Amino acid sequence: MKTLSDTWSWLTTATHWSGPDGIWNRLGEHLFLTVVCLLISCLIALPVALVLGHLGKGGALAVNISNIGRAVPTFAVLVLLLLTPVGTYGQWSTIIALVLFAVPPLLTNAYVGMREVDRDVVRAARGMGMTGRQMLWSVELPLALPLILTGVRIAAVQLVATATLAALAGGGGLGRIITAGFNLASTPQVVAGAILVAVFALLVESLFEAGQRMAPSRGREAA
Amino acid sequence: MTAPPDDCLARNEWICGAYLSSRREILWDAALQHLQLTALAVLTALALAVPLALAARRWRWAAGPVLGLTTILYTIPSLAMFSLLLPVYGLSAALVVTGLVLYSLTLLVRNILAGLRAVPEETRQAARGMGYGPLRLLLAVELPLALPAAMAGLRIATVSAVSLVTVGAIVGYGGLGNLIYSGMNTYFKAQVLTASVLCVVIAVAADLLLLGAQRLLTPWTRRGSES
Repeated sequence: MKTLSDTWSWLTTATHWSGPDGIWNRLGEHLFLTVVCLLISCLIALPVALVLGHLGKGGALAVNISNIGRAVPTFAVLVLLLLTPVGTYGQWSTIIALVLFAVPPLLTNAYVGMREVDRDVVRAARGMGMTGRQMLWSVELPLALPLILTGVRIAAVQLVATATLAALAGGGGLGRIITAGFNLASTPQVVAGAILVAVFALLVESLFEAGQRMAPSRGREAA
Repeated sequence: MTAPPDDCLARNEWICGAYLSSRREILWDAALQHLQLTALAVLTALALAVPLALAARRWRWAAGPVLGLTTILYTIPSLAMFSLLLPVYGLSAALVVTGLVLYSLTLLVRNILAGLRAVPEETRQAARGMGYGPLRLLLAVELPLALPAAMAGLRIATVSAVSLVTVGAIVGYGGLGNLIYSGMNTYFKAQVLTASVLCVVIAVAADLLLLGAQRLLTPWTRRGSES
């Protein structure tokens, strides 16, 4: 109980929200890291997955990359990059580690989505004389979109969660409040930081869920 | 005056045989802690997940809350999860294990439930017709048939747990993560690389072990057509 009230008073202290170590600044850093990494990951993973899915090749590759990605601790990648020359260029080691982490779920979901498009529909499109490029853009991609978006959502939520680890390696973001709390041996600050991070992650998750719930109905109306 | 030794440790190289031989015990202890934390967490999660999945299947109203709650727990970042448990456990191994249990629960409950729900109704009816009671039906028919899906969840949970243990370094119980963390602070390349590679080796070995166990436990999936 004591910890809870201490945590509450830490959170409601105005000075903890402002300044370079303040909550608003850390939240901005966190958001920036997540958005940049999500964009880079999508730019890398989606074109590859769409082309492989269209050609129907590389399924084993996508699944294997996904499995290996799970086995490699992001924290280890982060530290490894930090000790290479990349580590001297500010945020780049964090961004690269997070992108490596986000690409597998994007790749797998987009590939599976492309492959699960009804083969009869694809054959019909080919029968109508569509070229490969036309089929990819106007048949397969729209039908695969729900699964692709699920992949984007999983990647986004995991990025928010994993961006906290950047703090362990001296990077920015909300995790920094937690690590700073550990360094100060201040349990209220650690718990307050943890609550902020958890709430932010849950918020992003529910935003995506709400967005996805609205998307299919709009798709049906247009059809 | 003696010249400093000119080996890979002194030159701080990534790959270093001298590191392996001189720090064998540190590595061994860290790997052992890593394995213990992972095994304890996954086994506890499994012991909790089976009754939860059974309850969620038995009572329709229980499925929503069980799945919802475990999903929310899964969304909370690992660093935050370990930190939230700090007031409860203090700096202890129990904190890391509890955090990992909460993560593994989602994957296990979901997969066990999916496996149970996929048992064909005809199979259930046939077993009932042969005079199987509810308990025997569950143990002899439903659970074995749910095993492949459950094992798939267990494999993902285990591999993820191995990689998440490293974050436990924040409270000093991170197995190989401890070596990565201290290696980062002292810029000790060989230690960081060796510990990272060992993490991946443990994850892959655990995955293969579980795959082997799955094959032994479900011989019927290999009989007939290879699908």
